[in-house]
Amino acid sequence: MLTVKLFAALRERLDCASLTVDATGISRVSELKQALAARSPKWQHELSQNDVLCAVNQQLAAADMPLQAGDEVAFFPPVTGG
Amino acid sequence: MQSRIQVQTTDFDLNQEYQRLRENPACGAVVTFTGLVRELAQGNLTGMTLEHYPGMTETALADICRQAEARWELGAVTVIHRVGSLGLNDQIVFVGVAAAHRQAAFMAAEFIMDYLKTRAPFWKQEQTTTGSYWVDAKAKDQAAAARWQTPGEGG
Repeated sequence: MLTVKLFAALRERLDCASLTVDATGISRVSELKQALAARSPKWQHELSQNDVLCAVNQQLAAADMPLQAGDEVAFFPPVTGG
Repeated sequence: MQSRIQVQTTDFDLNQEYQRLRENPACGAVVTFTGLVRELAQGNLTGMTLEHYPGMTETALADICRQAEARWELGAVTVIHRVGSLGLNDQIVFVGVAAAHRQAAFMAAEFIMDYLKTRAPFWKQEQTTTGSYWVDAKAKDQAAAARWQTPGEGG
């Protein structure tokens, strides 16, 4: 399984803070995004935004980052701290 | 180098942090920056909520401090970022750098803030008299962080 976490506006718009996804057939962040987008048009819309950032095991990661079972993958909007 | 990273709901005391930074006798310069909750142009801010990604936040801040240390010779670095509910004019963030000379301290403090604003997983939501709104990322913050990148270095 993969643990998926969502933050801030993305968490609110999708009304979901965390979920688990079967890792079978998912080897990269881009493939996980596709699997999540298939959940509903709303997920498809939110995750297709260009500015959505991704972290794998709490490190910023690009779409081609490899994934393996047990990974924690987070999606979130651009950060606005400071 | 000694670095101190704190993510906390409680306020911080500027003098206490400064005193800690000036303990190293090899350091002749201490630069500190404090970020505050600012009123909006419309003048209707009632408060702010800061969300973060527990675990990744601390890792990201430590990584930014390590990068600063690799670029300049530093004696000590402190980064404190508050999360949770804040009010108008409250302190949000503190960055303090101690170094032998002022140039390194000034530059490292600015670098840490520029990277924090574009890489550390914090999100601000403003509460106003007309509702709550997530703050949009600003292009000028991206541009400020990009100044520090050398050719060939990734985002």
